[in-house]
Amino acid sequence: MTDGKIVLREDDIQRALTRIAHEVAERNAGDAKVAIVGIHRRGAVLAARLREILQRLLGTAVPLGDLDIAFYRDDVASRPEAPVVHSSHVDFDIDGRTIVIVDDVLYTGRTVRAAIEALFAYGRPQRVQLAVLADRGHRELPIRPDYVGKNLPTAREERVNVRVAEIDGVDEVGISVVPAEISA
Amino acid sequence: MNHLLSIEDLDREAIERIVEQATRFAEVGDREIKKVPALRGRMVLNLFYEASTRTRSSFELAAKRLSADVVNFVSSGSAVEKGESLKDTILTLSAHKPDAIVIRTPWAGAADLVSGWTSAAIVNAGDGKHEHPTQALLDVYTLQRRLGPLDGVSIWIVGDVVHSRVARSNILAFQRMGAKVTLAGPPTLIPRGIEALGCDVRYSLSELSKADVVYALRMQRERMSEAWVPSLREYANWFQIDARRLSPRQLLMHPGPVNRGIELSGEAVDSPQAVIAEQVEAGVVVRMAVLYELLAGSRAFRPVPEPQLA
Repeated sequence: MTDGKIVLREDDIQRALTRIAHEVAERNAGDAKVAIVGIHRRGAVLAARLREILQRLLGTAVPLGDLDIAFYRDDVASRPEAPVVHSSHVDFDIDGRTIVIVDDVLYTGRTVRAAIEALFAYGRPQRVQLAVLADRGHRELPIRPDYVGKNLPTAREERVNVRVAEIDGVDEVGISVVPAEISA
Repeated sequence: MNHLLSIEDLDREAIERIVEQATRFAEVGDREIKKVPALRGRMVLNLFYEASTRTRSSFELAAKRLSADVVNFVSSGSAVEKGESLKDTILTLSAHKPDAIVIRTPWAGAADLVSGWTSAAIVNAGDGKHEHPTQALLDVYTLQRRLGPLDGVSIWIVGDVVHSRVARSNILAFQRMGAKVTLAGPPTLIPRGIEALGCDVRYSLSELSKADVVYALRMQRERMSEAWVPSLREYANWFQIDARRLSPRQLLMHPGPVNRGIELSGEAVDSPQAVIAEQVEAGVVVRMAVLYELLAGSRAFRPVPEPQLA
């Protein structure tokens, strides 16, 4: 599928992450117990980058984890096939920490709900915040992000494609239109 | 995949997929809450016509880690003792609408038959001397974690092959994964013509040093109503895996429960080569992967079997 238009390029993404890192540092000033957890797969890549920047800003080590939410999806029973499961890695104690969940695109909010539930299987964080590279609207749950790279007003039949160098070979965010017969 | 009845139904790709999924499920056991909601609202029925502690408890634990509801049904103390047939038992239990039935019976082919009587997914947990597919999958998982890909690995399966469903499933699974399988034991305990499966047969352990993996089978005393070996002591003398026969570079496996002092010496069981505890651990994650593959996704897409005349 080709993108109708590219809305964020490599340097835009880098700037957005840098700004989010500053905001995380500011909102959590004096709290030494911040940790970053990315949602598979591209959220985890962005989380690793955000953590690098944040460590430089804070001058301390920031724990990093990643979560796979396949087990926690609310549509496991209605999809024809079982969703593919990836390993999760949360190798630090989350009790009492501020956890910043990172994802690439915020859409209905269902993924984030699943991620929050998954996170609580590891312990009881003090607070949970949400950082996303792009917020495209159309929420179906009462969830809002704490840090947003870019707000992207979209129509439902459009698709937001986040590509990251680590997986896709290129850093960019594009919007494409899905033909009606395959958008379901 | 609608059922797991036999390793014969799985190609290498399917085995690799289940083992790969199991690798990813292993992490759930390290969480503070060792449970994920993937199979919430599904019901798994454990139907065991034969004694089993580890297989049944590991299926139960696997289902519970995935948040499925589990009902255990054992033949002793049930209607089976009052003479109910397998078919009637299945039809009765199907009224509870289980999503999966995990079944162990002493009758070869029973799991296959049952799959025609109910719309539940059937998992064969051992049918007589025929197959025990989840055991083979967990053994492949255990070996791959230790050795990587099994291509070219030499695996010796030693002991009572004739009564062993584990042997039948494992020969198929190990070969599909590229391993070279040799069977060893007294001629009375090796089925005639089993070379047709593509494995070598040895009637002594003189070349055991060639093996990378030694897989000892349990001497099934409960199935030995006839004189298959002159005596267990004689068997142990010739075929027991002990510290003298086992080399430090080999891995030792056993499906359990071990008869210490018969097929394995106590020393061998406790040796660093033994991966028997790892096999038990693998049992839960591999069974999670199997239940997940069978039960996640919509069951609305599954065919319901045509009613059959008995």
